[in-house]
Amino acid sequence: MLSRIHSRNRAQLVIGLLTGIAFGFLLQKGGATRYHVIIGQLLLTDFTVVKIMLSAVITGMIGVHLLKSLGLAQLHPKPGSWGSSVIGGLAFGVGFGTLGYCPGTVAGAAGQGSLDALFGGVVGILLGAGLFAAIYPKIQRPILDKGDFGDLTLPRMLKVDPWKVVVPVAAVFILLLVILEKAGL
Amino acid sequence: MEWLRMESWSPYAVGIGIGILSWISFVISDKPLGCSTAFARTAGMLERLLRGKKVDEKPYYRKFTPAIDWEWMLVLGVVIGAFISARLSGEFRLEWVPALWQAEVGQTPVTRWIVALLGGVIMGAGARWAGGCTSGHGISGMLQLAVSSWLAATSFFVGGIITAMVIFKVLL
Repeated sequence: MLSRIHSRNRAQLVIGLLTGIAFGFLLQKGGATRYHVIIGQLLLTDFTVVKIMLSAVITGMIGVHLLKSLGLAQLHPKPGSWGSSVIGGLAFGVGFGTLGYCPGTVAGAAGQGSLDALFGGVVGILLGAGLFAAIYPKIQRPILDKGDFGDLTLPRMLKVDPWKVVVPVAAVFILLLVILEKAGL
Repeated sequence: MEWLRMESWSPYAVGIGIGILSWISFVISDKPLGCSTAFARTAGMLERLLRGKKVDEKPYYRKFTPAIDWEWMLVLGVVIGAFISARLSGEFRLEWVPALWQAEVGQTPVTRWIVALLGGVIMGAGARWAGGCTSGHGISGMLQLAVSSWLAATSFFVGGIITAMVIFKVLL
């Protein structure tokens, strides 16, 4: 039954829009669409972004693995390599610190009226994505494929049952959040 | 419904909400939440307007067809959802220069615009280089325990913290 819903393309466009509306609403209410909140996180003075991300990962991780165990969901881990995940990730970080929004929150910031996000951030990300498409054939083999590990997950890497990773990760993240609160951050 | 008009919610309520939203999208749409692929598809669609059909032949756009899909609609939804949230709390306002930037750098919109544009270009290329962003890798990938996402998300913050520290503590 679920696969029938998944293949209904037109309905999925509407579902995508509704999911996005909920996502944008939450991001804005959380303050993650604000420049000073993101920069505050990167300057390690405001931990709102980390609190949102860790609680989303804890909730999502437990739920999605439960749904997978029940046969209601499939995982789609992204493939990666040292050359793509780490070099690309660091470059992303340089942009993150310079712009003060990320690709999701820049859309939310545009929605709340931040014109630097709309005319600077969104336009810049489109240019950067287009630039990447242009250089992609040149960097694919020498850089992106370096240290390729495919769509590996931590449980498969450690050769253990996923729950043996889910439970400790959730525990460590909860502990981190408790420490942040105790430290008054 | 007073809570819908509140200026901000607890980050934990927001995070749990996003986590539940990811359950829904995995079950109903068979997709993890993510945002940056939509930017690549849009870049391809704009390029096609300028340069015609041959754009579709580019290896990258053969992998990510320049077309409107679930994720593209999701990003459009984010704009609308944030607009609704900001309107309900009375926080919606057109603003060229964020307050923190105004205090640290100045109120000239063009300076902020150039830096935002430059940051956007680097981030747009970096997101596609890493194959995802703060939502696709940072939330959806980490919750799936994907090795690529744990590495990428760590790199996002290492790069971001160093850059923000250099800009705000060294340059300014």
